[in-house]
Amino acid sequence: MIFLKLIVTNLLRHRVRSLISIAGVAFSVAAMITVVSILQGAIGMFSNILSNDSQIIVFERDVSDLFFSNVPVSAAGEIASWPIVAHANPVLFGVVASAGHPIITCFGVDASDARIQKATWLQGERGTFAQKPNEVVLGSRAAQFLSARVGENVQLGHSTFRVMGVVKTENGFENGGVFMPLTTAQSFFHKEGTSSVATVKLRRRNDAAAFKRMVEARYPDLTALEDTEFTRSYSQFRILKATAWAVGGCGLLLGGLGVANTMIMSVFTRIREIAILRVNGFSCLQIGAVVFGEAAGVSVFGAAVGLLVGAGVLKALKMIPALDGYIDPSLHPLLMLVVLLLALFTGLAGTLYPAFYAMRVRAVEALRFE
Amino acid sequence: MSLSPPNNGQRAIAVRALDLWKSYDDGAVTVLQGIDLECFEGRSVALCGPSGCGKSTLLHLIAGLDQPDRGRVWVNGSELDRRRNLLNLLRHEIGIVFQLHNLIPDLTLEENCLIPAVAAGTNPHAARQRLGELAERTGLHKRLKHRVQKLSGGERQRTALCRALMNRPKILLADEPTGSLDERTGGMVFDLLLELVNAEGVTLLMSTHDRALASRCDRIVEMHDGRANETVCVL
Repeated sequence: MIFLKLIVTNLLRHRVRSLISIAGVAFSVAAMITVVSILQGAIGMFSNILSNDSQIIVFERDVSDLFFSNVPVSAAGEIASWPIVAHANPVLFGVVASAGHPIITCFGVDASDARIQKATWLQGERGTFAQKPNEVVLGSRAAQFLSARVGENVQLGHSTFRVMGVVKTENGFENGGVFMPLTTAQSFFHKEGTSSVATVKLRRRNDAAAFKRMVEARYPDLTALEDTEFTRSYSQFRILKATAWAVGGCGLLLGGLGVANTMIMSVFTRIREIAILRVNGFSCLQIGAVVFGEAAGVSVFGAAVGLLVGAGVLKALKMIPALDGYIDPSLHPLLMLVVLLLALFTGLAGTLYPAFYAMRVRAVEALRFE
Repeated sequence: MSLSPPNNGQRAIAVRALDLWKSYDDGAVTVLQGIDLECFEGRSVALCGPSGCGKSTLLHLIAGLDQPDRGRVWVNGSELDRRRNLLNLLRHEIGIVFQLHNLIPDLTLEENCLIPAVAAGTNPHAARQRLGELAERTGLHKRLKHRVQKLSGGERQRTALCRALMNRPKILLADEPTGSLDERTGGMVFDLLLELVNAEGVTLLMSTHDRALASRCDRIVEMHDGRANETVCVL
């Protein structure tokens, strides 16, 4: 109890210094949580686009970005006919520009595609999709920023399309995108006969390994990955994740340096007190435990505040209409635990020097100089 | 030089120092120059002498807080140099009272006194019981929950005394324990100090400038220029 009291007393003795240090850790954790969650959310949404009512993605082997992938539509057709496959849908991704909106994601899909079939149709008729080549369906947010309604025309690139529907999905990318019939998209992007990927649903999920072997044997230029595998191994996702953790890690490092600074000041200003503890029988380890205890208190409290702030920031961002659907505001327990442990680790690592210094205080010298 | 008093009886030697030398600043300042000292169990010894004669240094060497350049120290029969763990010395065998009480200001009187018990891992219940006894004897029992800043100088020094005796040490080293107090308060604290060491059978080794207080100890050791020049046996 006295141990704990010593730790708390030392933190309360210099409240402003302790609060600044806690704030440093809190902001670092909040930044890390926010950046990682936003990017994880973005990755999750992109994964959802690919795995919508499917389990496996077939795309061109060794391609750096799915926008550059070419999967022959004939291959998708043949794959769909395999007995273990429930259905296979070719999807063509492209990016188009409109006045004031340089990047709009475009999805070239079949009428049977889950994106069309499962979306909530705010305007237009689901059954009429892909009946006319120059008609497109807008995501709800795209309809908003393009100020377009059903029956009106929109300019996409150098072409004009008639809006035949407005849909809302749970996915921010889809809500901000344009759905075209596959053939229209192929023509528009000069990719006749090809798609970017084929999304495949198997009759039995257990056949995934067999399916991948069949694709490899039949189409050496293509590769098939299960959706979870794809999320894990796709280079763009890996770069994004690495960037998020690196940015967050730098933030935490700064927080750790803040804790180190606080602890150095804390130790240096109470050398005499440490000497008193030594004279009264405290061992080096007990002295170290007091110093590390303070650092742990600052780090854990700062991390807890940071988690709350991060959660609040994510909720606030989610409420911004332009970001609706792009952000997953839920904090995963594993992420929270990792961030908490990282904050604790950096805090304790930053305390190594001051703790070492405190443990080496020579009581007789510290007490001699009144 | 042998400093044994004539009436030591069958008492064991609690502290023995032999040919202690200590200097600072790479030998520029020599504080102790071959001190010999013996203190018998349960006796009180006053170290007298001018400032800088090495009284505090001698106490530090006996407590194991510092190492002599030369010479040997025995505490309760075992030589400090041969001890594996000097922590036990501070935790169980020696209590120290300083001139400036050296209490931790933001803790209460009770918490300050419990520090040695925490360090030694004493059962909290037993530690509080012991503190209760000491507080009762020193008249601090109503001030236990008060912060050190709220205490008077005399109360602070009495608190330091309680803290030093918490783990029932056999030896109490007091470095000018009344030096920062006025004459009357100093006298009261010293009365209490003697009363406690006598009641608990503790060996007292005290440095002081105050001749009147020193004369109430069993022995006085006069120190001058790092040497023990003479011994006056009071008893």
